[in-house]
Amino acid sequence: MSREPDAARARAREIALRVGNRFVEAAVLVGEAGGTTTMTVPRDHAIPILEALRVAGFDYLVDVTAHDTLKLEEPGEERFCVHWIVHAYGLDARIHVRAWVPEDDPRVETASVLWKAALWGERECYDMYGIEFDGHPDLRRILMPEDFGAFPLRKDYPLKGRGERDNFPVITRDKA
Amino acid sequence: MGLESKLPGFMMSTVERMLRWARKNSMWPMPFGTACCAIEMMSALSSRYDLARFGAEVIRFSPRQSDVLIVSGRISIKMMPVLQKIYLQMPEPKWVISMGACASCGGVFDTYTLIQGVDRFIPVDVYIPGCPPRPENLVDALIEIQKKIDEGKPIETPA
Ligand code: SF4
Repeated sequence: MSREPDAARARAREIALRVGNRFVEAAVLVGEAGGTTTMTVPRDHAIPILEALRVAGFDYLVDVTAHDTLKLEEPGEERFCVHWIVHAYGLDARIHVRAWVPEDDPRVETASVLWKAALWGERECYDMYGIEFDGHPDLRRILMPEDFGAFPLRKDYPLKGRGERDNFPVITRDKA
Repeated sequence: MGLESKLPGFMMSTVERMLRWARKNSMWPMPFGTACCAIEMMSALSSRYDLARFGAEVIRFSPRQSDVLIVSGRISIKMMPVLQKIYLQMPEPKWVISMGACASCGGVFDTYTLIQGVDRFIPVDVYIPGCPPRPENLVDALIEIQKKIDEGKPIETPA
């Protein structure tokens, strides 16, 4: 097997197309972004498609994350896009699976049934974007304090926060 | 006619001055190193800069045994309650050094997670500028605290 990047991309693309064709009703869109093969899938087909990829040799879940477009990026699409980056060590290939998620119901199925590695990634994704992963056994915040009332990587959240950093009791010299 | 003349060979002082002298030469630091500044603090403590020369070599990892809190590094909103608890656990008399730009004012991290200066929520005696400050600056800050102790600041506990 050659380790040429072009050959690796071709392998990934071939698998993406093959898996995509198996889910005709999902109308999977295979594309490329930044040199990585992408599959844009409907969110309720994400887990079956990820499972098919896993069977096809994508044994490593690199990351689960999301991005917030504020609906500016691709008009007509939803506000959030959840990403699963999967890698096949045996094939030296990588596929980026993406699913659009609407703002008023930001939820997808958990991928932790396929890869345990998804557990923390999904918690982080929930913590930062407020996307809920159905079936996740322990969907709590992972980085921010538990009582933090916002999802800070949403683009409508101000960089300086909403006063969380100023909200502590003041200890003065005579009180201590 | 002072008592001194009756007791030749004894050094006379007030208890207060004796205490200050003892205190300033045996500061026990509580290191609160949360980021890169802590590396410079470690350097200041080790052989090249040798904070032991100023009586501050006994690093205490228990706040209950220490009297100078060195806040070296970024304090996040998750860490601030911890820092406050540690400050409250330190027995009097106590002093606080805010080491580096981040601890003193948030540094370049003007973001939602970062406390914009620990002095907003706990009292600070000496600030050290720099990102990171050199170990000499920490030594200087310690000497500054020693001067404060000599002058009886900030304790002179109200009755
Ligand atoms: S002041 Fe600079 S060296 Fe110190 S903690 Fe902040 S970024 Fe790190």
